[in-house]
Amino acid sequence: MPNQTSSLSYAHQTVEEAPSKVSTRGVNVFYGAKQALFDVDLDVPVNHVTALIGPSGCGKSTFLRCINRMNDVVEICRVEGDIRLDDGDIYDLDVVELRARVGMVFQKPNPFPKSIFDNVAYGPRIHGLASNRDELEEIVFTSLEKAGLIKEVRDRMGEPGTGLSGGQQQRLCIARAIAVNPEVILMDEPCSALDPIATARIEELIDELRQIYTIVIVTHSMQQAARVSQRTAFLHLGELVEVGDTEDIFTNPRDERTQGYITGRFG
Amino acid sequence: MTDTPVSPSRSDTAQAVKAGLRRRYAAERRFKAYGIAAIGVALLMLGILFGTIIANGWSAFRQTYVQIDVLVDAAEIDPDGNRDPKILSRGDYEKLIKLSLREIFPDVKKRKEKRELYDLVSSGAAFDLRDDVMADPSLVGQTVSLWVPASDDIDMFMKGYISAEVAEDERRVSDKQIARIESLREQGRISTGFNLRFFTGGDSREPELAGIAGAALGTLWTMLVVLALAFPLGVMSAVYLEEFAPKNRWTDIIEVNINNLAAVPSIVFGLLGLAVFLNFFGMPRSAPLVGGLVLALMTLPTIIIAGRAALKAVPPSIREGALGLGASRMQMVVGNVLPLAMPGMLTGAIIGMARALGETAPLLMIGMVAFIVDLPKNPLDAATVLPVQIFLWADSPERAFVERTSAATIVLLVFLILMNLGAVLLRKKFERRW
Repeated sequence: MPNQTSSLSYAHQTVEEAPSKVSTRGVNVFYGAKQALFDVDLDVPVNHVTALIGPSGCGKSTFLRCINRMNDVVEICRVEGDIRLDDGDIYDLDVVELRARVGMVFQKPNPFPKSIFDNVAYGPRIHGLASNRDELEEIVFTSLEKAGLIKEVRDRMGEPGTGLSGGQQQRLCIARAIAVNPEVILMDEPCSALDPIATARIEELIDELRQIYTIVIVTHSMQQAARVSQRTAFLHLGELVEVGDTEDIFTNPRDERTQGYITGRFG
Repeated sequence: MTDTPVSPSRSDTAQAVKAGLRRRYAAERRFKAYGIAAIGVALLMLGILFGTIIANGWSAFRQTYVQIDVLVDAAEIDPDGNRDPKILSRGDYEKLIKLSLREIFPDVKKRKEKRELYDLVSSGAAFDLRDDVMADPSLVGQTVSLWVPASDDIDMFMKGYISAEVAEDERRVSDKQIARIESLREQGRISTGFNLRFFTGGDSREPELAGIAGAALGTLWTMLVVLALAFPLGVMSAVYLEEFAPKNRWTDIIEVNINNLAAVPSIVFGLLGLAVFLNFFGMPRSAPLVGGLVLALMTLPTIIIAGRAALKAVPPSIREGALGLGASRMQMVVGNVLPLAMPGMLTGAIIGMARALGETAPLLMIGMVAFIVDLPKNPLDAATVLPVQIFLWADSPERAFVERTSAATIVLLVFLILMNLGAVLLRKKFERRW
């Protein structure tokens, strides 16, 4: 909580002024013998949205999953290199603590087969964030409010989360991630399973959320990257080709591969 | 470019499709017919099975009773007149029953005739009378009107399984006995009623006294032991192997061996039980506890395999969702994965238990095939189980055991149906959509 109020001040700063929340140096990822990422160096500015773009199979999702060590679950996956959260090596943290500080929203909405309330209350419950029912309800309602879902679900908190529409489910998953009060939220193509209206709602939400959280979003849609992010990184075949302010990347790409991708010549 | 190369080929396609349509649909209809025929044959077989068992077995639920008026003679059973239970229990009740039969048929004089007369009622009649008197000593000295079970041959005759048309020396009921039955019928002293003893009694050498309760209780105790052992062990093994164990050569070997174990003939488990539980650990023979241990070992692989399949079927997105929120592995398994896998695990457990319920061979090895009259009061009492009881009765020569064999099968099937019903209800209760 305290570092969150202080971090609020960074949101209006330009990308260059904002300090790095997450920084990686020389990240290599292997799936068995196959190398998926090559020496990725990236700084994620605090209270801004960083978009990872690139053609399918370029390693965007793999990189995203390095930040909260979700790749640990994949047996054959090996991660090398230095990944820091607030200047601390993430491998010095316990994985549970890391994931409490770095939340994640997945490509396909994956609410638990529990009630809407229990979905959002899941994180606070497992981490013991609420000491009584009132506090828990407070967290759940605030999270749903931040996720812009409260109006739609206020009267149906006991209904299953799986009964909501796709867009509502994804906002429920965002509320679920927020309820743990993380510092960073990773989003893995959060709109790819949604229709344009639901997508627009999520994009608005992302822009609001960056006031409080640092967001890294993987997206297939360059328009989406242009709309929601302040900084964009372009990956190609496992290499970080170019990273810069979103505006610069889209108007004035330095690398010809970036140019080729954003103008639609491949991807 | 002219349009000639395109249009003929299109009409060719249409024509070819049209020509083949009839054949395609005919093939589909044939395929469906094969399926329906297969189901039809299966249903027919099931119908025949149930039909014969019920047709043969239903009559065992009824029993012929004979009404006799017994003078509970104080001189015979309580000469001292102090109603001492010890003395009362040792009285010659059989003599009282015989006397009362002689009263109904005073003309019987010769030895052979007497014996035939006494054979009308079951030898259990004396025990029934004793139990009545023990429960109410005030009956001593009075004349009691009592419905006692008829002997198995008379019961068979009354149910029509023994025909009077057959030559006398080829049937087990003599002409004289038939005449006596007729006279009893005229006096309203013979009738058939619900066979309560079949559901409350233990096994007996006399078919009319034999009941299924001993075997049913034995089955119940055995199944309780199986459930208490195999389900928690199976679920824990499945969860550990699927969710926590590292994937290496050792877990591969364990997996292969679990699959092998599921295919081991059941009698081998019986030999194992005999060697380990009885000979090495010195556990009691014929006990449902040992039967349950053996059957639990037999059921365990089935439950583990079904449990692992159920765990595998839980979508990875649910696991990732929980892990992404910072759940520890155990929190994820207990809070998210197990609730979704529970219906599948329960189904596996019930299938395994149903197999154990019908198992005979391994129980023969550990002595559960003994002739046991008393009802087992706990898992350490000697007992037998329903399928073994069916086997024992099927092996008995008396005609009356034929219908009891089928009746015991009906009871076994009812057990099975109840268990499956329980499985369906539990599934419904735990099933969640996602």
